[in-house]
Amino acid sequence: MRFCLPYSGRCREQPPTAAPALAAQGVVVRYPGGARAALDGLDWVVPPGARVALVGPNGAGKSTLLKAIAGLLPIAAGSLRVFGAPVGAFRHRVAYLAQRGELDWNFPISVRRLVLTGRYPHLGWLRWPTRADWRLADEALARLHLLDLAERQIGELSGGQQQRALLARALAQEADLLLLDEPLNAVDAATREVVSAVLRDLQRQGKTVIVATHDLDRLQADFDDALFLMDGQVVARGVGAVGERVHRAWLDNHRAAVAV
Amino acid sequence: MNILDWFLAPFQYNFMRTAALAGVLVSLTCASLGAYVVLRRMAFIGDALAHTVLPGLVIAYLNRWNMTIGAVLAGIATALGIGWLSRRREVREDTAIGILFTGMFALGILLMSSVRSFRDFTHMLFGYIVGVTDAQLRLFALIALVVLVVLMLLHKELELTSFDPTHAEVIGLRPDRLRDVLLVLMALAVVGAIQAVGVVLTSALLIVPAAAAAMLTRRLAPMMVFASVIAVLATLVGLLASYHLDVSSGATIVLTCIVCFLAAWGLRTLREQLSRTRRASRA
Repeated sequence: MRFCLPYSGRCREQPPTAAPALAAQGVVVRYPGGARAALDGLDWVVPPGARVALVGPNGAGKSTLLKAIAGLLPIAAGSLRVFGAPVGAFRHRVAYLAQRGELDWNFPISVRRLVLTGRYPHLGWLRWPTRADWRLADEALARLHLLDLAERQIGELSGGQQQRALLARALAQEADLLLLDEPLNAVDAATREVVSAVLRDLQRQGKTVIVATHDLDRLQADFDDALFLMDGQVVARGVGAVGERVHRAWLDNHRAAVAV
Repeated sequence: MNILDWFLAPFQYNFMRTAALAGVLVSLTCASLGAYVVLRRMAFIGDALAHTVLPGLVIAYLNRWNMTIGAVLAGIATALGIGWLSRRREVREDTAIGILFTGMFALGILLMSSVRSFRDFTHMLFGYIVGVTDAQLRLFALIALVVLVVLMLLHKELELTSFDPTHAEVIGLRPDRLRDVLLVLMALAVVGAIQAVGVVLTSALLIVPAAAAAMLTRRLAPMMVFASVIAVLATLVGLLASYHLDVSSGATIVLTCIVCFLAAWGLRTLREQLSRTRRASRA
């Protein structure tokens, strides 16, 4: 059995069981000092290989949920299991694409090396990337049409290219669960197309993808399932017309509330 | 006097050879770490570390302990204190550091003023690189070795946590712990720099060569190499200039670094100008 040198001592080889990619039960997440819970009693099961959307207005808890799954936020109550194990057990299998603002794009590093950092959970302490790691990084760059820009400093890329570079890193990581926080927010049409195609490929390979999004129009085309969040609670599920109608209703309510 | 003599004659003295060697070790240490100090915007912390080492130096001096060891201990204590303070959120980080650093510095001055002889303390404040002893030299060599080896072994982790702490955390790294490592390395580097250029100018050795290197490259590893080369050259030239002109060595070394920075800045501006005209002529 291949042993994965851990960064935190908790990254182990994958278990044989076909556990759900994500199983949330009564999950509560609070921000320190926050009056109400950012996520309040969330129940959700995502089967492996699904492509699901998290929909809701700003502040609904979409990012909070993704961060909790990624292990960036502790849960205050309930249980959250990724591939059948507690959060943090399979760090190399989970990739998280934060919104672009969470990275220092002025840092002197090339696009290729940024993508290579996706290999780090497989390397661990004291091991240098091997030729195979560089090759995987290049393959990921090629899939996102970034190979020509590989030697650029990351800040020289456009917003859409930066988003693609982050997705390339997730591919290089060979993660089984991808968490994407508004990947198509304010990007060019070319990026939209490439990203959608890659997400379809990922599903074909049996990867699970959870995407936080505002975009209702592509819901039925791009996703198997959707979870509608509002004020930290689930208000509707499914890509069908029901969820959409509910969501549009809140958006209208929300707008009305803001207008008043 | 010919130019070769200008460079070589001073080194017939033992103290100059020791000083030059010490300068090389210290500038190598500071400059390679300096890349992180500049990129992670830790310049203020570097300055603070240098100042907080003062009471450690003075207490060691008063008790006739090894002063360099006193400085190392005080530096590490401060480094960990800053790490701890910045993890708690009651006080903003720069405010917390400001309180810690002025407080420790004032304590150092207070202790200093309780002793009659001020001469040794002037050396602490403004540096006395020609006074480096063989024991200190060995310690500086050890510090340089430790800092460079740790920077090399943890390169990918330090690099990653510097520009993308979120991804680092998702894959199981602890960005705050790696920051503590950097702070301890900075504390070690600062101890040597104090001997070379003094408490007041120490942060210059951390910041200026790295800032100059940042003008010349857009990659981290070359930036560290360029910064080291610039720092070593500036230290040697500064040391020689101070010998010939009979002025403060610390100040001369720092000013030589600044000249290098200005030159690098000019070079970059020139290069940008050139590529712009080339692009314009192509269009």
